[in-house]
Amino acid sequence: MEAVYQQNIDHFMDRINNGEKIEADDWMPDEYREALIRLISMHGISEIMGALPEKEWVPKAPTLHRKLAIMAKVQDEMGHGQLLLRVAEDLMAPLGKNRDDIMKDLFSGRLKFHNVFHMEAPTWGDAGIIAWLVDGAAIISQTMMLGTSYGPYGRALKRICAEEVFHAQHGESIIMALAEGTEEQRELLQDALNRWWTSLLMFFGPKSKNETGHSNQDKNMQYKLRTKTNEELRQEFLTKYVPRIWALGLTIPDPTLKFDEEKSEWEYADPDWSEFKKIVTGNGPKSKERLALRVRSYEMNSWVREALGKRPQHI
Amino acid sequence: MESAEYRNSLIELIYQLADDDFILAYRGSEWLGLAPHIEEDVAFSSISQDLMGHATLYYSLLEELGEGDADKLTHARSPHDFHNAVLLELPNGQGTYLEEPNYDWAFTVVRNYFYTLAKKVRLQSIKENSYESLQQIVKKISVEMSYHLMHWETWFDQLMNSTPEAKRRMTDAINIVLKEMRGVFSYGENGEKIVRLSLIEREEVLIQRWKDILNEKVDFSLDIEMSLDGRNGKHTDHLEGALSTLSEVYQSVPSAEW
Repeated sequence: MEAVYQQNIDHFMDRINNGEKIEADDWMPDEYREALIRLISMHGISEIMGALPEKEWVPKAPTLHRKLAIMAKVQDEMGHGQLLLRVAEDLMAPLGKNRDDIMKDLFSGRLKFHNVFHMEAPTWGDAGIIAWLVDGAAIISQTMMLGTSYGPYGRALKRICAEEVFHAQHGESIIMALAEGTEEQRELLQDALNRWWTSLLMFFGPKSKNETGHSNQDKNMQYKLRTKTNEELRQEFLTKYVPRIWALGLTIPDPTLKFDEEKSEWEYADPDWSEFKKIVTGNGPKSKERLALRVRSYEMNSWVREALGKRPQHI
Repeated sequence: MESAEYRNSLIELIYQLADDDFILAYRGSEWLGLAPHIEEDVAFSSISQDLMGHATLYYSLLEELGEGDADKLTHARSPHDFHNAVLLELPNGQGTYLEEPNYDWAFTVVRNYFYTLAKKVRLQSIKENSYESLQQIVKKISVEMSYHLMHWETWFDQLMNSTPEAKRRMTDAINIVLKEMRGVFSYGENGEKIVRLSLIEREEVLIQRWKDILNEKVDFSLDIEMSLDGRNGKHTDHLEGALSTLSEVYQSVPSAEW
């Protein structure tokens, strides 16, 4: 029995190492399945929770054009969430679980969502920074995952990445208008950048488990779910965006930030990872409020779910 | 353009069409993240986006007709210059879209279904005979509108034929919507001119068509009323609240480019 299992594992690892894609119905080790469920349901739920900070700015967007663009963007995010949850649901089905379980795990705090979506977005400047830099960061980490060993996730990501590029352009366009605008508008933008900088560094996660005492990074790399480390992604982000931020005449709130030519990498003030841990475990400035909105929606529509015949895919 | 009277009547009709879609797009966008399930969130936010697009087409036509900048028309017009029907400004339920929302899905389904059906009847009439540029816009809008109608009709049928609780909630919602539905068909105090100039058919004709379609599926009486005629700039306080949210950023730095 054990020998058969080991044979299966060896075969599976050979497939992965040969660059083959694993499909939903293929044999996979439990650990691989669990890693995927954790990764994809967190990604999916983050897309859905990510619509909430922007929700505030959907009706408030300052022109018809901006209103249409941000409506399109949040609609895309919801669509991404749905797409990803479907991928996660297929993986959960053999375990007898479904979307209801994902939602319950979200409500109970077992299922985490991305640190950035726990933060406040008090001005239109934040809407711009989110679309430009949070989506920009997401593009970097999702592009890296395109080569993931799990076929269905890779295909979903392909579609998601294509749409995220439009979001980042929408964000960049908001940012340009503010940067070239009045004194008040520039201030709005600088304040928003100050608020978001640390969260953007945190976005990619800690360098290693030394920072937070726990990381799935190594396992995910071994299974080729990802191909780069958190720090490599953060460096890519800095290389891409720091010059652009500076070019707009904005100040990055980190006096130690500089590019070390010798090491060929960015030096920056490391964020407080205990703060990160606090945020993602549901103790960020907006964590409770945003979760409460989601719970509220679940509760106020319970009669609708019942009317639909409690179909499990519709919750 | 034939005459000042024609131009003014045309502009009045376009404001009514534009403001209806604009305000309902807003009400729809308040539901974001709160819909009964994620699939619905995706579909509904797409519909709200379409409605905002329809409003934008109408406002652009108003801009061409010399009414001024479309963004100004939507973000710097006072509530009594808005000509949407009161039905569309009514809130989705209790609470706000960010705090303690207690929204009523039944009301949303009935409002959207009844309104979209009325929109179909209105657009059909304009397509038959009206101002040519308006007809072109209406043709574009009709394609998306027919998908919206199917969407809301499906919800309406499902909820009317399911649990007793759903039926009760839907019946309550229908009663609320019928109380303001007449306002959707009103052309306001200049209605007589709008009809005489063949921009659209008479209110009663459209109402009858709407009732004929609905009567095929419902067995309750369709007595429609209105409390205030939004076409004459008469509104509830809800509109003012909606407009101040819609224009908050625009108004924060007047004269800025966004």
